[in-house]
Amino acid sequence: MTEGMRFDLQIIASWIEPESSVLDLGCGSGTLLSWLKKHKNIHGTGIEQDQEKAADCIARGLTVLQGDLSVEVQDYPDNSFDYVILSQTLQQVYEPASLLSMLARIGKRVIVSFPNFSHYTIRMQLLIRGQAPKNEQLPYSWYDTPNIRVITLEDFRRFSREVGYRIIKEVAINTHHHDKQGHIVHWLTNLRATYGIFLIEKRTLEKDQY
Amino acid sequence: MTASKHQSRLVVKQHFYTFAEPPRQMLLESGARLGPVTIAYETYGQLSATRDNVILVTHAFSGDSHVAGYLATDKEGAKPGWWDSLVGPGKGINTDRYFVICSNILGSCMGSTGPSSINPATNKPFGLDFPMVTIGDMVDAQKALLDHLQIKSLLAVVGGSVGGMQVLEWCIRYPKMVRSAVPLATTMRHSALAIAFNEVARQSIMADPNWNQGDYYGKKGPDLGLAIARMIGHVTYLSDEAMRQKFGRRLQNKKDFSFGFDADFQVESYLRYQGSKFVRRFDANSLLYITKAADYFDLVDNLTTSESIRDLSDAAIKFLVISYTSDWLYPTYQSRELVQALKRCGQDVSFCEIKADCGHDAFLIPDKRLSDLIRGFLKGVAND
Repeated sequence: MTEGMRFDLQIIASWIEPESSVLDLGCGSGTLLSWLKKHKNIHGTGIEQDQEKAADCIARGLTVLQGDLSVEVQDYPDNSFDYVILSQTLQQVYEPASLLSMLARIGKRVIVSFPNFSHYTIRMQLLIRGQAPKNEQLPYSWYDTPNIRVITLEDFRRFSREVGYRIIKEVAINTHHHDKQGHIVHWLTNLRATYGIFLIEKRTLEKDQY
Repeated sequence: MTASKHQSRLVVKQHFYTFAEPPRQMLLESGARLGPVTIAYETYGQLSATRDNVILVTHAFSGDSHVAGYLATDKEGAKPGWWDSLVGPGKGINTDRYFVICSNILGSCMGSTGPSSINPATNKPFGLDFPMVTIGDMVDAQKALLDHLQIKSLLAVVGGSVGGMQVLEWCIRYPKMVRSAVPLATTMRHSALAIAFNEVARQSIMADPNWNQGDYYGKKGPDLGLAIARMIGHVTYLSDEAMRQKFGRRLQNKKDFSFGFDADFQVESYLRYQGSKFVRRFDANSLLYITKAADYFDLVDNLTTSESIRDLSDAAIKFLVISYTSDWLYPTYQSRELVQALKRCGQDVSFCEIKADCGHDAFLIPDKRLSDLIRGFLKGVAND
């Protein structure tokens, strides 16, 4: 049913409950939002920096704000959304910790996906060639990469624990950058997955009792 | 749709509706009473059986009810309505699908009651006896017209500049009637810069001896003051970039400076032309009243205090806010403030800043991007 979308978006889409409210950060041309609106009847909002993409979304009947996501998220009241989605963007954020804390404030649950920097091919490049890794997921050189944050699945788990997020779901996938095909990685994920997708929520005292 | 189908002339007619006959005069925001009130309006397209396809277009300060097409009385070579690029059969606001209404604002001089209308108390034009009207009063007059037309719900209210202020005022005054709102190139309130330009425009009229405290009807009017006011207006509607491209330092029909005070530069000639053209169609007192109404307009409290946004929050209006990169009269930061306020009170709001060199005027200039945006947005609202 989710065919036609990027593989990580297919997984994210499958996690969203019908009728929920969703904020998609960096929504691009609105592929995920349109799909969720059509198939899960969600109430969606997107934020997109690129004027043409934002305009395309609006012309498709989606609610989209053209702007910088780290600025735009600040105005929403607490718990404005059931889900806030940050897909393949965390590695490009200047202040990821404060952004995530903002997302956990405005959303009841946050879905984060990012390329896994500890994939074995990346480790090999560094180990054997002694060069900053470059591959299909991270195709840039050290001097022009927008991916300024180096994250591994294990780093994110540890960060979540320390900062106080509960990981509700976690899926490691093996897929290429814009690919619609892929598969879920079940063992040695930190070594074998190209992307990680996490569903997190803020840990509260009440929730901790369970 | 084929192009040929839409090349036929859209011919429309101006209508008038008069209400608030004494003793049931209209109560204005200032506390003054006004009546009878006449509103000039035009309609386009067909009203659906369920009356659910109505779009109200609100015009900017010097606009009129003639939003698109031609009037039967138009002479050969006449220009179509002021938003003909956006409104009409098959266009962004598609009159094959929607029933579009546009009325001339209260206080204007294009058919609706304003300072140049006859004061029933004296049988002479009102002049400065005309009460001060606000953007809210203009909206109330539009509401009276819609009541008369038995329209209870608006699929959308769409307007730019002072028209955008009316769009926002509609959402505050009658939130339950409005399903969606498209304020373009507008603001929640005038900046000091915008008030300053309006004040210079007003002073240029009032400093003209022919203005005569607003009592000039039937005599020579303050044409010079009004022309200068319009020249100032045109500067604020353009932008540095637009003026550089349009005029630069090019000279008007000459190779050298005249070393005098003739219009040497093209930009001088352009402004003089715009000024004198405006005098032929607009009333100086109307400019005073409408610019003041725009200066008084301020919705910041209405969009930030919890008390006043409760009605708005219940109503679930879909907003599309549009600004233009080179608009320095109502710059993008003011649209973003509006978006911010709407987000804070939980409204469904989309925002797009369109790249344009032509300044504040950009919303009136034919633009496929704007047509596509509005077409898609309206379709989304109609399907919801």
